[in-house]
Amino acid sequence: MTTATRAKQLGFLQAINRAQTEEMTRDERVILMGQDLRANVFGAAAGALEKFGPSRIRDLPLAEAGSIGVAAGAAMAGLRPIIDLTVASFVFGAMDQFVSQLAKARYMFGGQATLPVVVRAALYYHGGTAGHHADRPYPMFMNVPGLKIILPSTAPDLLGLLKSAIRDDNPVLCFEDANLWGRKGRGPIPDADHIVPLGQAAVRRTGTDVTIVGIGLGAFLAEQAAAELAADGISAEVIDPRTLVPMDWPTIFESVTRTGRLVVVDPANRTCSAASEIAARVAEDCFDALRGPLVRVTTDDTHVPFSPALEKQIYPSKDKVVAAVRRTFV
Amino acid sequence: MTVSTEPTALPAEFACAGGRELAMEMMRRMQRVRLFEEATKVLFHAGELPAMVHLSIGQEAAVVGACLATGTSDYMTGNHRSHGHPIAKGARLDALMAELLGKATGVCGGKGGSMHLADFSVGSLGESGIVGSAIPVATGAALAAQVRGSGQVALCFFGDGAASEGVLHESMNMASIWKLPVVYFCENNGYAVSVTAEESLSVPDVSMRAAGYSMPGVTVDGQDVLAVYRATAEAVRRARAGEGPSLVEAKTYRFHEHAYGLQVPTPYRDQSVVDSWFATVDPLTLFHDRLVAWDVATSQELDALRAEVRSEVDAAVEFARVSPFPPPEAAYTDVYKEVTA
Repeated sequence: MTTATRAKQLGFLQAINRAQTEEMTRDERVILMGQDLRANVFGAAAGALEKFGPSRIRDLPLAEAGSIGVAAGAAMAGLRPIIDLTVASFVFGAMDQFVSQLAKARYMFGGQATLPVVVRAALYYHGGTAGHHADRPYPMFMNVPGLKIILPSTAPDLLGLLKSAIRDDNPVLCFEDANLWGRKGRGPIPDADHIVPLGQAAVRRTGTDVTIVGIGLGAFLAEQAAAELAADGISAEVIDPRTLVPMDWPTIFESVTRTGRLVVVDPANRTCSAASEIAARVAEDCFDALRGPLVRVTTDDTHVPFSPALEKQIYPSKDKVVAAVRRTFV
Repeated sequence: MTVSTEPTALPAEFACAGGRELAMEMMRRMQRVRLFEEATKVLFHAGELPAMVHLSIGQEAAVVGACLATGTSDYMTGNHRSHGHPIAKGARLDALMAELLGKATGVCGGKGGSMHLADFSVGSLGESGIVGSAIPVATGAALAAQVRGSGQVALCFFGDGAASEGVLHESMNMASIWKLPVVYFCENNGYAVSVTAEESLSVPDVSMRAAGYSMPGVTVDGQDVLAVYRATAEAVRRARAGEGPSLVEAKTYRFHEHAYGLQVPTPYRDQSVVDSWFATVDPLTLFHDRLVAWDVATSQELDALRAEVRSEVDAAVEFARVSPFPPPEAAYTDVYKEVTA
């Protein structure tokens, strides 16, 4: 790829910045709060303070629980906050506020509360960040009714989904796979007001022999694996759910019903992963169509070690996906 | 820190036009809290209440004095000791009582129950069954008021137990650096279930915590509705003027067990002392006697007021009893809002 064509591509951080800027321009109730926004340390808030001012662009003190609760309260009182928590591992300090307030307030109060809150958090695994910065905690939140979850794998999808999330009247957690910040996550620059609705999967590649559902970086690995398998005469269909809650079950079921085989590639820890839920639902709803075992390719059930000699082996890889697909042909 | 002293006449700010009406409204709302909760005790013993309740009996002056210092359009959050807050904020008793019985006509459609009352129509953004968990919510409501320039304030109730929760400290810090229009109001009833405030707090007064967050902190006699009102009104004035948050602590008494009907195997307080509180520090009796002594109202007028509230509570109980339960499918609605902006 030449420098000229690359310059015409949209990157992950640009997508975030564009989504936030467009939506804050469109709706003055949208405010952005997070860590180090004014200095743009994480790279997605360039120009925000100048454009929207200190009332709507706020650097949060290091208070994750307070921040999520403040966002919930501000939403209940008429704002539409975006919270940039930066590193996804920081969600744990705010778990009560996510579950007890953000997710439950509407339900417990019989529909009186409306909580248009977007929480952004990046998945910083695969890069030596070790135990306290490399979590992929989205499956825990899939277990909490009341929250929506997006996990885009391309910049154009991130732009369109984040805009939909900001316009949604429900709390939406946006997990951003930092492995896609570079070349992997780039895509063509969309036209103005590019919207991707929540709950719509993307079929990245059509195929007839096996369905590979890939989440985040997993979608990228699935496409790599599909290309390699094609050389062996195996036709793989690749589906990127893009939204985990609500999941686009019809697209997944339709595909598996045709192919009879399913591999799910999910960077989360194995037990009770998003892959586990997808496999369980397919087993329940598509059992008659299945021609092989459902196989999950996930991160192993261990913590993320620091040493480069240890880390890479625990995650999904293209080779693991290829091997998993072969396992479905028993 | 200031502690109120016994005045000999209706204080000047209540002697003006509207002052008497305000004093009578304080009495009315304290009676509403008291008689509403007395009714829940009857329902509990009759087996009509589907769950335990946490009674505010003994704490009515703190709850009412604070709420009446705010307006209906101001925001409020509370905790598991929940009935008094929305009642004092002006919520309808019938929908609250129906909620306690899990009825479809309940203020939350029967999905919240006693610990999770909310009535957004009077600014009540919800009680929290998780101790301290709604403190940042009130803080966020204050942020919204500031960003929108609406002039509203948020009143945030919490107890002495919640004073040890991290979110109180995170919230007070945020409110202070951003000068948010929020009043943190501690009902210090001396006990977090069985553990005394003295044992669990590093300071003798929760209000001392305000100093760490550069905001005024004041402790008042929580049995004195006028003292509570006065302290909260000053905090509300500061908040509306853009001067930022305050912390008001009302030292009060929990006349009943943590949850009504809870059997505690090992006694942690002397029941004879607790029983004596009804005679010595009952906020309704104290205020009744003052109103009579100051010639604000006669005993007959106060009896009539109590009878009016009694009828209101009786009607609320009847409304709750005859209301239908929600249909099974209601368990699956309000998880998400379906229509988006």
